[in-house]
Amino acid sequence: MTDRDLPSEVEKLIDRVQYEEAGEFPVERGYVYTSCSSVENGNPLFWDDDVAQQITNGPIAPPTMISVWFRPHQWSPGRTEPAVPLQSHFDLKRIFELPEAVMTDNTIVFHEPVRPGDCLRTRQILRSVSEPKTTKLGTGRFWVIEVEYLNQNDELVGVESYTGFGYRRGES
Amino acid sequence: MTTTTTKLMFADVKVGDALPELAYPVSATTIVLGALAARDWRPMHHDYDFAVNRNGTKDIFMNTPNQAAWFERFLTDWSGPTGRLGRMKFRMKGSVFPGDTMVLSATVEQVETDDAGCGWATVLVRLTVDGELMTDCTARIALPTTDDDNPWTRRGDQWKP
Repeated sequence: MTDRDLPSEVEKLIDRVQYEEAGEFPVERGYVYTSCSSVENGNPLFWDDDVAQQITNGPIAPPTMISVWFRPHQWSPGRTEPAVPLQSHFDLKRIFELPEAVMTDNTIVFHEPVRPGDCLRTRQILRSVSEPKTTKLGTGRFWVIEVEYLNQNDELVGVESYTGFGYRRGES
Repeated sequence: MTTTTTKLMFADVKVGDALPELAYPVSATTIVLGALAARDWRPMHHDYDFAVNRNGTKDIFMNTPNQAAWFERFLTDWSGPTGRLGRMKFRMKGSVFPGDTMVLSATVEQVETDDAGCGWATVLVRLTVDGELMTDCTARIALPTTDDDNPWTRRGDQWKP
């Protein structure tokens, strides 16, 4: 998928770890309850400590909450601009001067369970960038960015893979 | 609170099995609660004026992480708490708005035991509104192969999601 004619600025980024950062707060059960409540998830793993002890050796967070722990606060002291999740995606839009973008696919792979009190960190890795493509949206490039999530013991807890399409309208 | 006490065994699942359908009437509260639970503050998930006049959509709409949470709930309602998600792949095709009744349905596409002895079901989940596909999700979920097997105890090279 990688184009040999990629700008060197982009070629250098492929398979390189970027934006390694810690979550803004430890994993906590309040958000677990709110998430389960939002979808009426009665799985006793998240509500009954005895069941959680028996099956998962203690409470865990729903696996699909993995990205929740990394969404920045809407505001925090000293921040003058809203923080942007998935910075690599916005970098590519800027480098290729593609004003629009959509995510076309999202894959999440779950590894070690996430537990209340865990302090997670994340890092972004650009895996590939396509040659220029034209779709019904416009002309641009597809790219694949992986986000790895690790816990405080350096154990992998999950990997998210996003396929984005950055494009410019009106060139189809 | 409704708790799930099912324990679905790998041997009880076969290709073509249909999961029990879930129909849910979506309200503005569903959308806003789901977005805030996911710490997604973007206005198109809570601000009608922004969604309609800036995004050009007909209303606020459900965000992707909340859809993932709905898929997880749907799958573990079927498997019970011993079912362990290994992988989910989404493809978004349309949006879910207040006033919609979203329907989650699914069929088992594949069953296999990996070389670590873990039993896996691959399930194709469809989220539809009025029969129109809005999101499809292929999920791989580990199920106990014996009464003593618990997928949650698998680590390292015993867990190959």
